[in-house]
Amino acid sequence: MIKISSLAHVYEKGRRLKFPCWEIADMEQWLLLGASGSGKSTLLNIISGLLKPLHGEVLINGTDLYTMSARERDRFRGQHIGIIFQRPHLIRSLDVLDNLELAAVMAGLPIDHERNLSLLADLGIAELAKNYPDELSQGQLQRVSVARALVNRPDLLIADEPTSSLDDENANQVIQMLTSQAKDNGAALIIATHDGRVQDHITKTYLL
Amino acid sequence: MNLFKISSKNLIRNKLTTILNIILVAFGVGILSILFLASTQINNKLEKNAKDIDLVVGAKGSPLQLILSSIYHIDYPTGNIPAKDAYKLMHNPMVKRAVPLALGDNYNGYRIVGTDSTFSNLYGLSTEKGSFWHKDLEVTLGSTVAITSGLKIGDSFFGAHGLTGNGDVHKQHAYQVKGILKSQGNITDNLILTNIGSVYKMHEEKHAEGHSHSAAEEAKEINDKQITALLIQYKSPMSVILFPRMVNQSTNMQAASPAMESARLFSLIGVGIDTLQWFAIFIMGIAALSIFISLYNAMKERKYDLAIMRCLGASKSKLFFLVMFEGVLVTFTGACLGLVIGHAALELIGGYQASSQAKLTGLTAVPQETYLILIGLVIGTLASLIPAMQIYKVDIAATLTKDC
Repeated sequence: MIKISSLAHVYEKGRRLKFPCWEIADMEQWLLLGASGSGKSTLLNIISGLLKPLHGEVLINGTDLYTMSARERDRFRGQHIGIIFQRPHLIRSLDVLDNLELAAVMAGLPIDHERNLSLLADLGIAELAKNYPDELSQGQLQRVSVARALVNRPDLLIADEPTSSLDDENANQVIQMLTSQAKDNGAALIIATHDGRVQDHITKTYLL
Repeated sequence: MNLFKISSKNLIRNKLTTILNIILVAFGVGILSILFLASTQINNKLEKNAKDIDLVVGAKGSPLQLILSSIYHIDYPTGNIPAKDAYKLMHNPMVKRAVPLALGDNYNGYRIVGTDSTFSNLYGLSTEKGSFWHKDLEVTLGSTVAITSGLKIGDSFFGAHGLTGNGDVHKQHAYQVKGILKSQGNITDNLILTNIGSVYKMHEEKHAEGHSHSAAEEAKEINDKQITALLIQYKSPMSVILFPRMVNQSTNMQAASPAMESARLFSLIGVGIDTLQWFAIFIMGIAALSIFISLYNAMKERKYDLAIMRCLGASKSKLFFLVMFEGVLVTFTGACLGLVIGHAALELIGGYQASSQAKLTGLTAVPQETYLILIGLVIGTLASLIPAMQIYKVDIAATLTKDC
């Protein structure tokens, strides 16, 4: 269960942003809606423990993210939160399977080879396991980044504008993939978007 | 999957830069290791061969040449000294042991040394096979000579006049091999030992061809006999000052101290070694700079990789270590490669060396070489310190959210 309360953030230029309280139950799927510049990414960064807020708290399964030390928070993020970025940043010097293994290693968890292979199979990219990121298409890279976010069986899956640069068909596929994978892996899902196409799939919304 | 794999994969991805950096480090370390090895080996040879010899007495000329010719058997002798003057010195009360040397001939480049049993006492020689020489024209071979010439006990051979080359062969008398020495690891391995009489015999023969000797003439000739040099060991260290002065002032001969002359020789070579050493250090400096620049530049591109790793749960210190490790991995590989290059190069140089007396080899190691690896690690650490510090500055949230 994820709960945020009385969160506020101050930008470098002095603009102050307050976020309404938000409670996400286990395996719930939410949309984070708002126009560009409304603070969606900022909120996601705060929730994922990358950006310390001015005040307020972020509770994930009863643990307050910002009372932990930076090192503990890094590890907690690696083990409990899967993040899918707008651009699928993969490590270019490592092949697809190694990129998945990296997620486990960086979070300090044992490598589960079977799971990694079955994740790739679920996402329809099993045959790409030994390919390098340079050799994949944008769509395939996006799938790998979803697989990577799921490697450590996170409690929360966060996707930031996953469909912004995709056409209707691909956007549809990605949303389908995210919702079904989150469900299959027992994770709550937050999709931040200003893309109207996503709203057909997910009903709960948090508006900024 | 561990730090080593991540680092090495990243290095392999940037092949050219990595290779350039490794080569730079390897060159620096290689040159330094050649210098270490060569100077240690030369120093060892100089010391080992001059061990227990306090003074060399020979004809007037360059003292360095006298030392080189009569102890290290490299240069040509300064000339000859009258045997009777030499015998007078040999019986001086300050002298504990005096070894006469008569040089002049060689066999396939190995010097034939006329001397007496004091020579084998001086160097502590013993025979591997056979016995020491007793009569004229009997020889005992140094171990290297025996191996390379293939001569065995009972074989005979002709010496050639001069100290190198086979030009003027003394066909009148053949030497007979009586024994082979145990390997000493010093100059005696490369010598052919005989008595002084044999050397005289070789060189008298030319006169004998036309003349018939009378007993009186022969006696006179023995009195006029000459030897090349005397190796002298003092009874007490007190003689260091008195004896050489006595020789230089009151006789027509010169005395040269091996310790002083080797030191002088080494200081001459030292200039070259110093220059090369600075050159190698300079190369190492460039290597450090190159590693620094390539890591620093790569940080712009790697910012995303590192931010992703942070997102995946890696702490800052872990990534700091990752970047440091990469730099250290390059210098460590370079340093190891450099040592291999250094040894291989020295072995190659040794293979092309004409003089067997001062042969260098790459098959030994000196303890200083571990310092070279250590220096490599330090350079890697220093060069990657500032790039690695960037980790602490990267704002992952901003890096990953920004459209790149």
